[in-house]
Formats: sequence, structure tokens, C-alpha cells
Amino acid sequence: MVTTPTRTAGALDPRALRGDFPLLGRQVDGRPLVYLDSAATSQKPRAVIDAEVAFLTTENAAVHRGAHTLAAEATELYEDARATVAGFVGASPEQLVWTSGATAALNLIAYSIGNATLGRGAPASARFALAPGDEIVVTESEHHANLVPWQELAARTGAVLRHIRVHDDGTIDLDAAASVIGERTRILAFTHVSNVLGIVNPVEDLVALARDVGALTVLDACQSAPHLPLDLPLLGVDLAVFSGHKMLGPYGIGGLYGRSDVLEALPPFLTGGSMITKVTLDRTDYLPPPQRFEAGTQPVSQAIALAAAVRYLDAVGMDAVHDHERALEQRLREGLRSIDGVRMLGDAAEGGARRQTGGAGRSPAEIDRVGLAAFDLDGVHAHDVGQYLDSRGIAVRVGHHCAAPLHARFGLTASVRASTALYNTVDEVDLFLDTLTEVRPFFGVSA
Amino acid sequence: MSGLDALYQELILEHSKRPHGKGISAAEGVTATSHQRNPICGDEITLQVRMNDDGTVRDVTWDGAGCSISQASASMLAVLVDEREGGMPRAEASALIDGFREAMRSRGTIAIDEDTYGDAEALSGVSKYTARVKCAMLAWVALEDALVRASRP
Repeated sequence: MVTTPTRTAGALDPRALRGDFPLLGRQVDGRPLVYLDSAATSQKPRAVIDAEVAFLTTENAAVHRGAHTLAAEATELYEDARATVAGFVGASPEQLVWTSGATAALNLIAYSIGNATLGRGAPASARFALAPGDEIVVTESEHHANLVPWQELAARTGAVLRHIRVHDDGTIDLDAAASVIGERTRILAFTHVSNVLGIVNPVEDLVALARDVGALTVLDACQSAPHLPLDLPLLGVDLAVFSGHKMLGPYGIGGLYGRSDVLEALPPFLTGGSMITKVTLDRTDYLPPPQRFEAGTQPVSQAIALAAAVRYLDAVGMDAVHDHERALEQRLREGLRSIDGVRMLGDAAEGGARRQTGGAGRSPAEIDRVGLAAFDLDGVHAHDVGQYLDSRGIAVRVGHHCAAPLHARFGLTASVRASTALYNTVDEVDLFLDTLTEVRPFFGVSA
Repeated sequence: MSGLDALYQELILEHSKRPHGKGISAAEGVTATSHQRNPICGDEITLQVRMNDDGTVRDVTWDGAGCSISQASASMLAVLVDEREGGMPRAEASALIDGFREAMRSRGTIAIDEDTYGDAEALSGVSKYTARVKCAMLAWVALEDALVRASRP
């Protein structure tokens, strides 16, 4: 099986990589597809598609049970995949729990803590138990997946949910963070990279604040794992989640990373087969992590294909991926600033459209981002912008991108988001920008 | 006519820029209100129906934010009810909503009849764009819901 991407020496060459992604060759309404929606889901290289097909056609069997050859081969591939994906984020295999995705992983954490609160864990889990008045802290820029499970956990336990605001430029207000995070803070959950702003948040600063008060840290790494080098143990977070389909992998697979002592202490969420050591009609003993959190039949072919995805990313090199996307992002952002009526969410740089009150955090040059930008086009609703772009073969996301509170903070209900991946070219960004200038005239909005 | 021009007919752009019935009427009368949201994009509408003493629909006013399709559709619906002299019987309003929904879900196979639907005929092209059907339906679903509320004692 070929898993090495087509590449030239040195910097990433997206034109060479594109040949590895069959879907990118298709047309939309007679025009070449310009796919700028990778933050929603990435396209898949042939190596990933082939890995899943190869497993299903030659090795498929139930893992961790059965004594036949196929079962042994499948188990070996499945656990090798765990080691590969764990290694990609700097972790060891027993620190990686497979989940169906990031949303499932975040709910797993929230329900596990809820169970610890109910006394349903080993004695070590008592440190996660929440009492009424304890605080869970998130940021204003979270995806609903890293907000709603915490709202629910707070409602179940009597804990209070608080949030850290963001500056007008989209950066996290670290002064606000320092005042919100305090003695009562038990959990700090935040995104590594906002799916709307693209900003790489200062994980170390936030982890330091949480550590000072003994709070558990939970990182949403969905938008960082596909786009920049990631070492979760080095970042110092207690728990982190990521999504397979956003990082060139298949649907239905994601990961929960946890520090070993944290995973050891957390009680299970879903229970049933494959996660037990001893079952009687009255009670059950559970396996250690990661199996403790993997009840039921697992997404085996998806795990194996996700391993192929991270091997592909590794072969390209995550530093090269980040450099490439950073260049796309800067071109995108500069281009958007120059178009009449565009207001980006989280962009307070000189030359930007309307400034809002509330100040800026870091200078624009200091803000590290991945390759995406979300914006409002004055006078044309995001849906209509997306429809026009689609008629020219350009796929973008429109709506609130599952971050309604962040949109409300910027006075919007919806925006247009263009997001890139390693396979996008500068020409595609330029075509998007050129086409965007046609939108307001089409809808009869004058400058 | 290209696909895009068929979707965004001139009438749609006109209605979305100068919508009819926008702004909830404070006039007296028996009213019922419905609030509807499109959770996918966050678009929302509040629609008020005012009834005549004989139980017919007197007028429809609304407020909300959304794309040109949803705004135009609400405006066209308000005109349709407004132009019906002497009030629109509820059964007729319900039949119009059902027919509109059927056309919107038809994936381009059922056109909207101009004689029955007036300017809303221009929304025929929307049914080929399944992602936009909910935009066009928002006001009509709100009217349907408001009529149910109006019939409650």
C-alpha cells in the first residue's frame, strides 16, 4: 500500500499533493471544484481510502476476541493504528482512546466527571467530583461541542459555567482569564484553534492559570491537529480531543488523549462489552484505559484509515503544512481586507473594516493562525454569498459554524467561512477573492 | 437563464430589498404569533397573523433576519394574504401552505402556479436547491403554526 504522498523536496507543493486526492479533480456545474471548506471536513487522499478498503477486503474481523488468524491480524492492525495516531500527537498508545469523534470524546469526559460526582469511580476519581458552586470555565469562542456538554454537566451537578471573553481581534483576553479562573474553577475547557477565527490560542498560558488552582484542562484540538505540529503532553493539557474526518481521515473516528493519571482515575461513560475484566449479575470490574472507555464494537476500519491519514500528514511534514497554510491565510486575510463591505470576525488589524470597541489583544503580526477566515459581507446574507460562490464552483461554509455565541459577540447570526488545507493553492485563494468581488454587484448592493 | 439567475429571479431580489409586511402590526384584533428558527443558519422569523371576526385571515406581518430567499418568501406570503379581499378562509391558507411545501420538496418537478401564488411563483427555482428549501419555507411554517395557535381557545 502506498502511503507516501507525492511531494517535492523542501516546501510543500500543493499542486503535487492534489493528485493524491481523487475528489479534488471533480467539477461542479462544469467548473473545477475549489474546495475551501476543510474546517468542516477535509478531503481524503487515496492512501486513506485504500487503507480502509484494503482492511475490509483482506483483514476484516472483530478485534480483541476470537482466536483465528483474521482476528489476530485485525487486532494487530487496530492497535498499531492506535500507536501511530497517538504518536502523531506526541502521546503513548495507552493515552489514546478511540471515540466516534470529538463531540463523543467531549461528552465522554463530561459524563465521566458526572459519574465521578455520583461516586461511581475508584477512590482516585473523587478529585473530579463537582460540588454545587464549583466552576467550569470555557471561552467565548468555543464550538458548540465544547460548550453544550459543559452546560449539561453544570446543570446535572450544580456547578456554575463561566466564560472568558475574547478581544475584538479574536484573541483570548488573558486578563479576563486570570480573573475568571479562580479557587472554585475545577475544569477549564478551551479550543486550541477557533473554527471561526483560526487563531492559535496560548495553551501554555491558560494551562498555567488552571494549574495554579488545580483545575482540569480539556483542549479541543479539532482545528489544530490537521494544520500544525501537535505535541499534547508538551502542551501540558490533562485531556484533549480531535476529529478524524477533519484531518484527512474517515468519518466516525476521533480521539481522546489523556494524561495517564487522569485517564486512570476517570470512571467509564459508556458501559458494556469489551471494557470489563469481570462481570457477575450484580457487579462489574473495568479494564484500565484506554479500553475502559471503549465499550462495544469499535470503528476498526476507520481507526486503521486514520492511521494512514496521519502517516500521510507526517510524510508531508506538519511544519511544512503549517507554513503553507499560514501563507494562504495571510493572502486570504489581506485580500478580504481590500474588498468593500467585508468585515472579518476577529480581525482588528490596520486596514480592516469597521473597528469594534473592546480593544485588541496581540498585535496582528504576533497572532499565529491556521488557514481560515470568517467574514460578513455587508448587504448580502451569508447564505446568498455561499450560493453565488457555489455557482462558480467554490465551496465555502455559511452559517454560524456551530459557534453561535461567538457570532453573537460580533453582532452577527451568520458568516461566510473560507478554510484551507494542505492541498489548496494560492490560485484558488485568488479565484475565491476575485469571485467574491462579484457578489455585491450581483445582489444589487452598492459599495 | 443560468442556474443562479433562475434561483435569484428579479422579483426575489426586489422583495428581499423592499419587503412587504415587515414589522409586526400593532393594529387591534385577535392575533396569534409564531416564532421560527432555522437552526442550520440561525435565521429567524416572528410572524403574526390577525384574524377577522368571521375567522378568516385578515393580514400577516412579520419580522426577522435571514437570506434573500427567506426574506422574499415572507414578503410574498404577506402580499398573498393581503391581496385576498375580505380575508382569506383558513382552509384556503392551509391549502396554500400545503401546496407550497409540496412544490418546495419536489426537487424541481412541481412549479408554483402564478395565478394561485402571485409573486411567490418566482420561488419555483428554489426547490432544485435542497439546502435552500428551509429558507423559503420559514415564513410559511410560521403561518401554519400561528394558525394552529389562533384556533386554540
